[in-house]
Amino acid sequence: MAEASLTKSFEFSASHRYYRPEWPEEENRRIFGKCALPHGHGHNYLLEVTLKGPIDPVTGMVINLVDVKAAVEEVLAGFDHKHLNEDMEYFKERIPTTENLAMTLWGLIDRRLPQGPRLAALRLHEDEDLYVEYYGGR
Amino acid sequence: MATPGGVVYLSRRYRFAASHRLHSPELSPEENQRVFGKCANPNGHGHNYQLVVTVGGEVDPLTGMCFDLGALDSIVRERVVERYDHKHLNLDVEDYLENVPTGENIVRQVWGLLAEAIPGHKLRRLKLIETRDNSFEYAGEPA
Repeated sequence: MAEASLTKSFEFSASHRYYRPEWPEEENRRIFGKCALPHGHGHNYLLEVTLKGPIDPVTGMVINLVDVKAAVEEVLAGFDHKHLNEDMEYFKERIPTTENLAMTLWGLIDRRLPQGPRLAALRLHEDEDLYVEYYGGR
Repeated sequence: MATPGGVVYLSRRYRFAASHRLHSPELSPEENQRVFGKCANPNGHGHNYQLVVTVGGEVDPLTGMCFDLGALDSIVRERVVERYDHKHLNLDVEDYLENVPTGENIVRQVWGLLAEAIPGHKLRRLKLIETRDNSFEYAGEPA
């Protein structure tokens, strides 16, 4: 059966700060620059979710986009308009870099998607010039 | 929830404006015109190039990064952007004396410039965007 990849984009806005509490402030500034400033800063993130699977011969779809939208929006509701360091549990031990955020979102979205096509890739844009791609560790 | 691990790929976009001319001294004027069309015009033309550099690796558990972004910015700006920005690639740099500064050749040349400073297993892909409609990707020599 023919396979295809389907990608849908989602936006969310969040703030974060890059710092390690066990390091002195000078070290945080040296490693993270202005990303370590104490009150944080924010981004309009763009998340591209790619699923791959066979094309259903009856519906002509890899997956119903309505289901993809529902699943991802449910996950992102926990991140949108939040402070990634302060408003959730995922980044108490890890810094909410784009890399760590992409891996966290993969775990949450993969669990929430309906059975069927597999999550193939996430591309998380922090701004128009910086993005991370994650393929589940492959 | 256990967060998945493995390799993460980080891509950063850099910009430089440069002019070039597509023309080979090994071809006759007629052949140059036929092969390269208006890209062979004698006084050249220019582009706002974008270079997307993709690095990959495991995420450092302390910094949360797969590559030091500050270091990447320094490397790319020093080795590529400052070298090519506001230059004529045929006339102001020595990189294209032996070959035509097509997107294909530029992306391979840039790979060579960056590979001197970025460890081999970390530099994963380059994408050179020449115009809205044309881009060139290179992932190094096959293993």
